[in-house]
Amino acid sequence: MADVAAHITGTVWKIEVKVGQTVSAGDTLVILESMKMEMPVESPEGGTVAEIRCRESQPVNEGDVLVVLR
Amino acid sequence: MFTKLLIANRGEIARRINRVAQRMGISTVAVYSDADASLPFVREATQAVRIGPPPPKSSYLDIAALIEAARTTGAEAVHPGYGFVSENPEFARACTEAGLVFVGPPPEAMERIKDKSQVRKRVQEAGVPIVPGSDGVVPDSRSAAQEAERIGFPVLCKAAGGGGGIGMAVANNQAVLEKVFRQCVDRARAAFGREGVYLERYFEAPRHIEVQLLGDRRGRIVHLLERECSIQRRHQKVVEEAPSPFFAGGARAEMAEQMFQAAIRAGKALQYQNAGTVEFLVADGSFYFIEVNARLQVEHPITELTTGVDLIGWQLRLAAGEELDIDQYQVSRTGAAIEFRIYAEDPIKFLPSPGTITRFRAPSGEGVRLDAGYEEGNTVTPYYDPLIAKLIVAAPTRPQAIERSTRALEAFSIQGLQTNLPLHRRIAQDPAFRAGQLDTAFLERHAKP
Repeated sequence: MADVAAHITGTVWKIEVKVGQTVSAGDTLVILESMKMEMPVESPEGGTVAEIRCRESQPVNEGDVLVVLR
Repeated sequence: MFTKLLIANRGEIARRINRVAQRMGISTVAVYSDADASLPFVREATQAVRIGPPPPKSSYLDIAALIEAARTTGAEAVHPGYGFVSENPEFARACTEAGLVFVGPPPEAMERIKDKSQVRKRVQEAGVPIVPGSDGVVPDSRSAAQEAERIGFPVLCKAAGGGGGIGMAVANNQAVLEKVFRQCVDRARAAFGREGVYLERYFEAPRHIEVQLLGDRRGRIVHLLERECSIQRRHQKVVEEAPSPFFAGGARAEMAEQMFQAAIRAGKALQYQNAGTVEFLVADGSFYFIEVNARLQVEHPITELTTGVDLIGWQLRLAAGEELDIDQYQVSRTGAAIEFRIYAEDPIKFLPSPGTITRFRAPSGEGVRLDAGYEEGNTVTPYYDPLIAKLIVAAPTRPQAIERSTRALEAFSIQGLQTNLPLHRRIAQDPAFRAGQLDTAFLERHAKP
């Protein structure tokens, strides 16, 4: 169980997972874009994607929860 | 010369173009997104027009909005700066169709330069040494594997339509190549709308040295000597200087001259006009062409400060149809200049750090120039590149320029967000930097906290 948050302020460029998908630690969940740089948000642990709390091209702040794992 | 110029850019470069244009008696039009309404470049222009919301594709990349802004304000010419629409032939063409002068090369030359793999072919035919690589775009991963075998690992996968370090990846072996090649093709399609990917031999730690060109409509091209831009992170430049320590004081004069002549040959082969830059890698005692940047470079001030040539002034004059009145033998350099790019990013991992500038104390002094896009109270947003300012320091010699830089960097204070100022202070003190021992892997080994 983990809330995966944005580590930088930016825009959601791409969501790489779907609800219900199984992920391993280190898998890319979301790619953020900030200041012309793409930065992957990786899964801190293995689990199942329970919820996606962002959509592509949405601006997010550092600390905003993007994905909830179960 | 035109009487009104629209500046299709933002931040420090918009400010700088504005200053040069106003000094030449040209009135200016700034365009801005909602994120930039309170920045100095908007206030300083003769007129300012809002062009859209913060995302670049709805503002600074929106060709229709830019053309409309020029039309409603009666601008006669458009300067694109660097980045955004500066290398977009479609934009240049849209300007021409709307009766506007595009300050840059003609759209046909821009189109030729856009396909990096084609450019390699053309300049090679003109006798310019290129980085060993694939013969044009590689169609699939099987051909990529064969080409890589021939070139030798490690190889660099590059998007033919790419730029600024985007769409590049290194492969050390076949297994990695297969993965990287596919990613590169996807990335090229997503970011640049074309799939072409080509391979080049990857040099672990080359120097990056580039040559500035100016060309007029008659086809005359002069070079304005070299800049060294080896200190990079993620294939983006962090510190640049002129002259290159590799060539300074008459060292390797023969190779330097060959590089300048190669740059001119490349410019002529591409029928280049206006200001442009030819980039080379130097490795194992040889130099290799990498690409042409069909625009003003971020680091152009170090050339201006050491050659006395006003590059933006010349861009405007050449675009207005004037002929170059500089002869190659008249181009000479005095002293040394170093540019430090002050980014809104943490100084260790180089991650973006947007935020509001609560304190901005800029250095001053002899030989110190600051091209800043922001001032105290402004917010650096995540929508655009992280460049806050460029600190450019000139002096009669390189050691003096480094001393002046060290003092200027110490005196420079920016608070409210993280900047790479601490990194620059470490670079200025670094023994390898001081000895002029530079290569593109410099930051992996030197200037560590």
